[in-house]
Amino acid sequence: MAMKVYGPAASTNVARVLVCLEEVGLDYELVPVDMTKGEHKSPAHVSRNPFGQVPAFQDGDLILSESRAISKYILRKGGGSHLLREGNLSEAAMVDVWLEVESGQFDSAMSPIVFQCFVVPMFMGGTTDMKVVEENLEKLKKSLEVYEARLSRFKYLAGDFVSLADISHFPMAHYLLVGPHASVIDAYPHVKAWIADIMSRPSVKKVTELMEAAIRMN
Amino acid sequence: MAPVKVYGWAVSPFVARALLCLEEAGVEYELVPMSRAAGDHRRPEHLARNPFGQVPVLEDGGLTLFESRAIARHVLRKYKPELLGGGDLAASATVDVWLEVEAHQHHPAAGAVVKECVVSPLLGGAPDQAVVGENVEKLRKVLEVYEARLGQSRYLAGDLVSLADLSHFPIMRYFMDTEHAALVEALPRVKAWWEELAARPAARKVAELMPPNFGFSKKP
Repeated sequence: MAMKVYGPAASTNVARVLVCLEEVGLDYELVPVDMTKGEHKSPAHVSRNPFGQVPAFQDGDLILSESRAISKYILRKGGGSHLLREGNLSEAAMVDVWLEVESGQFDSAMSPIVFQCFVVPMFMGGTTDMKVVEENLEKLKKSLEVYEARLSRFKYLAGDFVSLADISHFPMAHYLLVGPHASVIDAYPHVKAWIADIMSRPSVKKVTELMEAAIRMN
Repeated sequence: MAPVKVYGWAVSPFVARALLCLEEAGVEYELVPMSRAAGDHRRPEHLARNPFGQVPVLEDGGLTLFESRAIARHVLRKYKPELLGGGDLAASATVDVWLEVEAHQHHPAAGAVVKECVVSPLLGGAPDQAVVGENVEKLRKVLEVYEARLGQSRYLAGDLVSLADLSHFPIMRYFMDTEHAALVEALPRVKAWWEELAARPAARKVAELMPPNFGFSKKP
């Protein structure tokens, strides 16, 4: 039985999991969850993700939630462990550091920006709260200064090797690039080049297409 | 062999997370004290260790790490991997899941309550009751999930204690001193899980460095 991912491809957290499946080339089935109809809060979905969020993931009897946990499982199982470096203590630790940074700094600043610029106008019929956007763009810029310094020294975040820490940025990076604030990265040339590098990976291109197709359908 | 060093103030729940893992793994370490009030974390020598200017930082041989959950994973991977699920794919995935839950579901809510109810008054402010109310409700829903989970397994990630459980200790240590501890007291399995966590020798040792008032002196 193929692995199953439950959730809409347009969700950044779902996309994170899909890109790992594409990286390792494992068969999977993407099972839609219609969040506009509250399907993520249905008993069936909550039995897989007790917090009523997406994604949920199933591999045989194993049911997982939380995209970064699912991603690591897929990479370990599917022959993608070079993206985690768990055979090398120092390298694995650097992957973990920058995965925490992705989650705690990049994602936490980007998430309200994407919510205000995409979800509110497209799915909720509302207006973008520019105060929230501006506040979070400032947070994002402070983080990008650190990224710029880091990527001036190393080709990728954890070192001179690409890892899950880099790839984990792509879903939010995609929305940044296609949204109204893409120019914010122009001031950070190493960041800009690094994002372009990540976005050019075949796995990332494939999932980006899935994300775009899902948005077009709405 | 150079000792492991942790830089920071132990009252920080993030620093405490790193110390807890070192204690659990029985690793000798040196805590290099830093002063938040003096702005030590913004000095160039600290920014060279953590460009985000935060604590903790861990030095282990030639390796310099920041982000407390990354530090925790490194310490346990190196010195006590059974607390990460060992080599088993499903077990390690389940530990990862509940560690992410701690970070994304538990900490934002519990941390907000601690910030308003404990830290704000110490800084001379008043708790924002709207924020407290919102986060107490969020935390209640999260802990109800934990209560159900702990009915299925002895610990969050299975029948063995793991980093997923330990990672909750620092912020809960402060949360349980607030009036909202009643949330935990009302859920029998969560209560028993918390009490067992807090009774671990490593947790007791680290708690000695975490006075309930965060080490602020009482204002006259």
